[in-house]
Amino acid sequence: MSESIQIETTLRNRIDSGHKILVAYITGGLGNDWIQTLHSVINAGADVVEIGIPFSDPVMDGPVIQKANDASLRSGSTPVSILNDVRGESVSAPLAVMTYYNLVYRMGHERFASDLASAGISGCILPDLPLEELNVWSEAADQSNIETILLAAPTTPDDRLAEICTSSAGFVYAVGLLGVTGVRSELADSAIQIASRLKKHTSKPVLVGVGIGTPEQAVEASKVSDGVIVGSALVNEMLKGASPEEVGEMVASFRVALDKNS
Amino acid sequence: MNLENPNENGRFGPFGGLYVPETLVPACKELELAFKEAWADDAFRKELDSLLIDYAGRPSPITECFNLSEELNCRLLLKREDLNHTGSHKINNVLGQALLAKRMGKKRLVAETGAGQHGVATATAAALLNLECCVYMGEVDVKRQELNVFRMKLLGAEVKSVESGSKTLKDAVNDAMRDWVATVEDSYYCLGSVMGPHPYPWMVRTFHEVIGSEARRQSEQILGTTPDVVCACVGGGSNAIGIFSGFVDTEAELIGVEPAGGAAIGRGVPGVVHGMESFLMQDEFGQVLEAESISAGLDYPGVGPEHSYLSSTGRARYESVTDDEVIEAFQLLSRTEGIIPALEPAHALAWVSRERNALVGKTVLLNLSGRGDKDVGQMMDVLNV
Repeated sequence: MSESIQIETTLRNRIDSGHKILVAYITGGLGNDWIQTLHSVINAGADVVEIGIPFSDPVMDGPVIQKANDASLRSGSTPVSILNDVRGESVSAPLAVMTYYNLVYRMGHERFASDLASAGISGCILPDLPLEELNVWSEAADQSNIETILLAAPTTPDDRLAEICTSSAGFVYAVGLLGVTGVRSELADSAIQIASRLKKHTSKPVLVGVGIGTPEQAVEASKVSDGVIVGSALVNEMLKGASPEEVGEMVASFRVALDKNS
Repeated sequence: MNLENPNENGRFGPFGGLYVPETLVPACKELELAFKEAWADDAFRKELDSLLIDYAGRPSPITECFNLSEELNCRLLLKREDLNHTGSHKINNVLGQALLAKRMGKKRLVAETGAGQHGVATATAAALLNLECCVYMGEVDVKRQELNVFRMKLLGAEVKSVESGSKTLKDAVNDAMRDWVATVEDSYYCLGSVMGPHPYPWMVRTFHEVIGSEARRQSEQILGTTPDVVCACVGGGSNAIGIFSGFVDTEAELIGVEPAGGAAIGRGVPGVVHGMESFLMQDEFGQVLEAESISAGLDYPGVGPEHSYLSSTGRARYESVTDDEVIEAFQLLSRTEGIIPALEPAHALAWVSRERNALVGKTVLLNLSGRGDKDVGQMMDVLNV
């Protein structure tokens, strides 16, 4: 069994020492060298890596991650194969998976949670599993010490934000805009608003994701948050056939920009 | 006794629920409240009733099939939802939801469509009530239902061809939900079947209960009693739940007919997609399988949660028929009764025709949910005409 590193404590230490957090999202099973890409983005300064386990119907994802999902599935990826790829890898940053609830439901909550743990994964994001339906999964996750990271959206009212902050573990995922994942030309005002609203509710790390595509946008969003999640921009490089080193270079550009401004 | 209402968690037994991205949770809750309020408001009900009567042409008649009954040795009655404005039962739900959208101050309707019937109905209601309308339709369906695509455009709707995944109804739902995630403040998601997150399965059923209540009254007038069998095709299952609602407290056998290539209850296991927990065709890892049916309207790997519940309690039974049986039934009704059915309800008829030996002497009420005009082009190819 791989030893997993807890997300929240790791992030807490970084934040307390004055750093902004960078979470890199990559699609699991995308290309034969995706595990090298995983190492490369960690070496380039990602504080956490979020591994997407592809699902046939990703309603929270835009065209880039949809395409990556399809390519990974076509090459034969399954939740089991992706976790097997990760299992036994020695990594210096905590890992989370992002997938959709049906894959958990189908495998069984307890088995999914314990498989994550045995693969060295610390956290799990299920964007189609809101508070209302969370219980069965969170019991299983707790038993396997998996941190369930919850999303908060610009449409979430204040009383609900408080509940989300209480129930979220690892960090709170602030959805930066009304829309699905993908790179946008400008940072949405809603990214700043949701992050500052969340910061009033919680001392847990608040990270902005969805619509963070450039180092400049990352810096801007981090002014009010503890950091960012970058997904589609990296996955787009992977889709274009970028080498693990090239994806790492892109992560490094975010890292440098965030460090310069923290 | 009527169909049960979902519990406070939006579930029919274990099925249903609210599995949507956080962005949409407040919108679903707002919708639930708005619907409850509207449904309790006489003015809303009156406005909807007059639209159903004066605009959509309700009540739809029941036609007794004298010729075909003789051939099948049963007494076959058709609930003529094909005679509604826009040519199917879909208008019942859409008028209700479009009025609700107006009441909620929304400016734009978003919808998915398979065969195009729900899309046409939504575009129609949008034109009538002066709302913008955007309909997502799989690329495969855009091709096989080009007449309906043109109708939607004529009605002023934007039709977006969906090129992801199976390029059919399942992916049209995905893209409609993605649109709604981005536009939730101004847009109303006008879902076309008894599926999706709570409150849709319940709300859409409620708008279609008019089918069942009319059919109950009409069949009692014609038969002096209730029919032995009530049958309807099931994709998401809206026309079936509509007619079942009128007979759930009777002795009538309730039969839902799925396409063999999209038999969520027949071939699926419970799963979660499109906001609901229900039977779903999926692989061993939970990836949703692509349905494959001659009928674009039933080309869907899932099913509304209440059907999963009715199947689990045994109150309704779900059967499936093949494309070939459907093609046969499509021609049979045209030839014997002068009624060209849509390919969707031709599924229900295909079941009746196949099971004719078991149905000898019985009274069978079939929900003829739509007319076949939209399918004749496709059938010309299928039949090599």
